[in-house]
Amino acid sequence: MAQTIDARGLSCPQPVVLTKNALDKAPSSCEVLVDNPTARENVTRYAERAGYRVSVSADGEDYRLTLVK
Amino acid sequence: MKEKRKIILAGVVIGVIAAALVWFGNPKNMGFCIACFIRDTAGAVGMHQAAVVQYIRPEIIGLVLGALIVSAVKKEFLPRGGSSPMTRFVLGAFVMITALVFLGCPLRMVLRIAGGDLNAIVGLVGFAIGILCGVQFLKRGYSLKRTYTLPAVDGVWLSVVQVALFGLLCAAPAFILFSEKGPGSMHAPIWISLIAGLVVGALAQRIRLCMVGGIRDVLLFQDWTLLSGFVAILVAALAGNLVLNAVFGGYFSLGFMGQPVAHIDGVWNFLSMAAVGLGSVMLGGCPLRQLILAGEGNSDSAVTVAGYFVGAAFAHNFGLASAATAVAEDGAITGGPTAAGKLFTVIALIVLFVVAFLNTKATAAAGVKEPQRA
Repeated sequence: MAQTIDARGLSCPQPVVLTKNALDKAPSSCEVLVDNPTARENVTRYAERAGYRVSVSADGEDYRLTLVK
Repeated sequence: MKEKRKIILAGVVIGVIAAALVWFGNPKNMGFCIACFIRDTAGAVGMHQAAVVQYIRPEIIGLVLGALIVSAVKKEFLPRGGSSPMTRFVLGAFVMITALVFLGCPLRMVLRIAGGDLNAIVGLVGFAIGILCGVQFLKRGYSLKRTYTLPAVDGVWLSVVQVALFGLLCAAPAFILFSEKGPGSMHAPIWISLIAGLVVGALAQRIRLCMVGGIRDVLLFQDWTLLSGFVAILVAALAGNLVLNAVFGGYFSLGFMGQPVAHIDGVWNFLSMAAVGLGSVMLGGCPLRQLILAGEGNSDSAVTVAGYFVGAAFAHNFGLASAATAVAEDGAITGGPTAAGKLFTVIALIVLFVVAFLNTKATAAAGVKEPQRA
């Protein structure tokens, strides 16, 4: 199963730091949960620069970001 | 990149508005200064008695309400809070006091550079080094812990206060203090300041503008997106100042001496902005960003802003704020940081490092949120 990073409630840049730490291990895919638009944008931007495709789905009040290499 | 273009465009608009506000009457190189303006507002409501810096600044009101309105329209109004509120209050006070030792928030630092003030470059170097220190803690897991969703009413308090302040500004009852001379007496017309604040607040909300975040993201992720806003403001305000200077004179002078509302003590310009940089990274954003987040319903940022107000009052009540450098007729140079302000800056740096260390260690020790595996 892909790793899920729970970054809900964390303010930037912490969601991106957690994502970076996970992506540094070069997984083929990974999920990130965030709860605000700024974190969604920042994680998306970082992941895309790291060469991942990002799809976003709403999960209640949160956003579930699926990162695939 | 589309996102970057949007940020640069918004930055240019903000830079031009900042230069224009000075033409409309704000103090020089002070189209916007979150630290100075909160200090002025704190003075107007009697939190301190420095007679030259008392005025309810409509720009602050506009920034908060602009962010509130646009976040509500875009369905991004998110009442959240509970992430170490008291730590944020204290950090907010420390950031404010050290910003007043420098004589400006990070946004005014950029506007000062755009006016040719080289002291602000010294401040910028300190600021970047402070951010670099903060980034080291972030890399090691520094966190003030997560926020939680709160009732909507908890997210609107700072906005309600802004509306009340605007009422007080317009009604001008006797208990509200307005400077008759000095920087507090210099201001653009109320409605122009308010509209400028609303526009900049809305733009800053949309592009997540942050003076600290820009440098932080470059150091942490080699991501230049946010910094492009910072650079766009600098370039646009510089261009605006040069045009105003060519037409009217007095809007740009390159050098260290004779800069408006600034002092020339390099060591303390450097150290105070290092404290502002470190403290702001620990808070997750510069004073401007905190105002915007508070408008968006973030209670932690609202508490931080409350800390700014108390810090601003203490800065003047206890003689911590610097005085602008002035040259008397006999050539004597007065002004600069006070002894108390220097001492406080050193204490602030030490306390900030201790708080950063404790919130990094605590995270590791408690094993909080190792990324969960599904």
